[in-house]
Amino acid sequence: MGILIDQNTRLLCQGMTGWAGTYHTNRMIQYGTKVVAGVTPGKGGKSHLDLPVFNHVAEAIGATAANASAIFVPPDRVADAILEAIEAEMPLVVVVTERVPVLDMIRVREALAGSRTRLIGPNSQGILAPDVCQIGVMATDRAKRGTIGVISRSASLTSEVTSQLTTAGLGQSTTIGIGGDPVHGLGFVDCLELFFADPQTEGIVLVGEIGGTEEQDAARYLRETGVKKPVVACIVGRSAPPERRMGHAGALTLHGSDDVDRKIAALRDAGVAIAPSPHLVGTTMRDLVAKRAA
Amino acid sequence: MQLQEFQAKILLSQYAIGSPAGAVAMTADEAEAAAARLNVDRIFVKAQILAGERLAAGGIRTVNSAKAAKAAAGELLGQKLVTAQTTAQGQTVKSVLVEAGIKAEQELYLSLQIDPVSGAILLTAGRGGADIEKRVAAQELKLESLALGVNGERRAGEVAELAQRIGLSGGLTTKFGELVKKLHRAFVELDAGLIEINPLVVTDAGELVAVDAKVVVDDNALFRHPELKELRDESKTDRVELHAQRHQINFVQMDGDIGTVVNGAGLALATLDMIAAAGGSPANFMDIRTTAKSLDIAQGISLVLENSRAKVLLVNVFGGGMQPCDTIAEALGIAFRRSKRILPVVIRMTGNNEDLARLRLANYNLPKTECTDMWQAVTRAVALAQGRA
Repeated sequence: MGILIDQNTRLLCQGMTGWAGTYHTNRMIQYGTKVVAGVTPGKGGKSHLDLPVFNHVAEAIGATAANASAIFVPPDRVADAILEAIEAEMPLVVVVTERVPVLDMIRVREALAGSRTRLIGPNSQGILAPDVCQIGVMATDRAKRGTIGVISRSASLTSEVTSQLTTAGLGQSTTIGIGGDPVHGLGFVDCLELFFADPQTEGIVLVGEIGGTEEQDAARYLRETGVKKPVVACIVGRSAPPERRMGHAGALTLHGSDDVDRKIAALRDAGVAIAPSPHLVGTTMRDLVAKRAA
Repeated sequence: MQLQEFQAKILLSQYAIGSPAGAVAMTADEAEAAAARLNVDRIFVKAQILAGERLAAGGIRTVNSAKAAKAAAGELLGQKLVTAQTTAQGQTVKSVLVEAGIKAEQELYLSLQIDPVSGAILLTAGRGGADIEKRVAAQELKLESLALGVNGERRAGEVAELAQRIGLSGGLTTKFGELVKKLHRAFVELDAGLIEINPLVVTDAGELVAVDAKVVVDDNALFRHPELKELRDESKTDRVELHAQRHQINFVQMDGDIGTVVNGAGLALATLDMIAAAGGSPANFMDIRTTAKSLDIAQGISLVLENSRAKVLLVNVFGGGMQPCDTIAEALGIAFRRSKRILPVVIRMTGNNEDLARLRLANYNLPKTECTDMWQAVTRAVALAQGRA
C-alpha cells in the first residue's frame, strides 16, 4: 500500500528522450518501477530505452494504460506538458523540473480545479515507495520499506530524514516531496489526509521550512481532525538571514526565527512532536512510536 | 527580482498607469537639472534603494527649488540608507528620483500579487499611505481583497464592489476598475510576483496617480524578458551572489566564519540552524542546485575560500540522483587546487556514490576531517572555527 503509487503504477515519462529524462528513466527502471512509455512531441513511433515513444499523452495512455506521469522537460515547457496530462485525465503527475515561472503554475492550478489529476511539484524530488516504485530523482540507497510516511518541501533533507528513519529501525511507506515552489500541486494537508487513510502508514514526518503557510495549514487541519497517527515535524530556516529567498522560491521570509517559531507553535498546539534539531528526526519518531506502543 | 522605483514607474507607464512627472538622477547636478525641468514649487527627491519605509529614514526629501534639490541629492547619493526594511548595514543610494509633488485628496493602497494558497492573482486594496503594515497589524485598517485569474476573468461588478468597500464612489469607481485592468495586464505580461502602489493618490482633479511603486518580477520567468534580465544584472547589489547564480548555485553571504557547501535548500537551511545551535556562525548559505556540474560547484566553493571571514569549510552533502557525491568531491579538488587560500575542511558526504567520492577525496591533498553524520560534522566545524580543535 502506501500512498499514490504502488506495484500497479504504470509510469509514462514526458521528456524521456532528453538527457535528464533518459538518465532518470533508467534509474527508475533499475529500481523496479514499471515504466511503460515516453512522450516527446515529434518523436512518436520511435523507441527509446526499449520503450515506445508517443507524440501525445492521450495516445500513450490509450496504448499502454499508463496511470502516472513523470515530467522531465525544461521550465519553459513544463506548463504545457502538465496541461496536456490534465487534459488526458492522467491520474497522477509528478514534476521534477525547477524554476518554473509562477504564473505558469497559476494557469496550471486553474486547469487542475475540477480535473481528475493529482499534481506533485514542480521542483519536487518525487515520490518513493521503497522497494516498490520510484517516481523522481531522489536518493534511494537508504530508503527501506516500512510504516512511516514522509512529507517534505525539500529533496536532500528528505533523503537525510529517510536515512535517519532507517537507522532508527523505521522503514518508510511512502516519501513525497511537495516541491519547493510557492504555487504547487498537492500540499501538506492533502498528503496528511492520504497518509491517515493508508493502513500501511503508522507515523508521519513533516519536513517544513520558512516561508509560505503550508505548515500553518497543516496545523489547522490537525487541530480540526485530530492527530490520528503520530506526527513528527522538523521546520528549518530559523537562522536564515531575513528578507532573502533561500534557494527555494517558496522559502522567503521576513524574519526567519519568528516565522519558524510561529510554525512550530501552531504544530505543537495541534499535537505534533517537534524534532529538537534536524539531525534528531529519526530518533524523535522512534521514541514517539515506542511510547505509543508501551 | 525587485526593480527600483523609477524602473517600476517606467514599466507601468507603458501600460498607461500614471505617476508624477520626474526623472532619475545619478549626480547632484543631474538632480538640479531634473528639478529645474519640472518647473514646480514642490519637489520630491527620493533615494532609490530596494526597500520601503524610506520617508521615516530621511530617504525622501521635500524641497521647493532646483538648488535645494541639488543639495538634497548631494546628501543622499553615495550614502548608506538604513530603513526599517533594510539590514543594519543599509543600502547604498546610487540614484535619486526627482519628482513633482502631488497634492493628495486621499491616499489608497493597491496591490496585485501571487497568492500561493488560492493559486490566483490576489488584488488587495484599502485606504493607504505610510505605515500601512503597522496599521493593518494593529487592526486600525482593513484591506479588501479579491482573487483574479490569469485571464482576469471576473464579474465586472466585483472590482467595482471592492472599490465601494474601500470608500470610492462615482467616477472614481470606474477609474479604479480601469486601473486594475491595466495593472492586471502589466502583471501578467511582465511575469510579476508583486506590483504594489502605495500610496495611490486621488488628486483634487479626481485622477489616480501612482506616487510610489514596487514591482517584483519572477526570476524564473526572466527567460521571457531579456530586457528585464539586463536590469537585474545592473541592480543586483551583490556581485558574489550573481556570480554564484550563473553557476547554478543559490548563495547568500552572511556574517559568520563557517563557510558552508550544501546541496539542496532544505538541507542548507538545516545546516545553518545546526551551526547556530552548536554555538557557531555561518559565513554563507549555499544551495547547490541539481543542475550544477562539478566546474560550477568548484566556482561556488571558491567563493567561500575567497571569503576572508571564513575560517573553516563545512561540506554537508546528501547525494541524490541528479548530483552524486563524487561530483561534489571532484569540485572540492578543483577549487582547492586553484585556490591560494586553503581552509580546513570538514566533510560529511552520504548518499549516491559516496564510496566513489571517498576514493576521489583520498587522492586530493585536502586538510580534511571526514564525518559520518551531520551533527558530528557541524560540531567539529564549530570547534575548528573557535580554535578548539
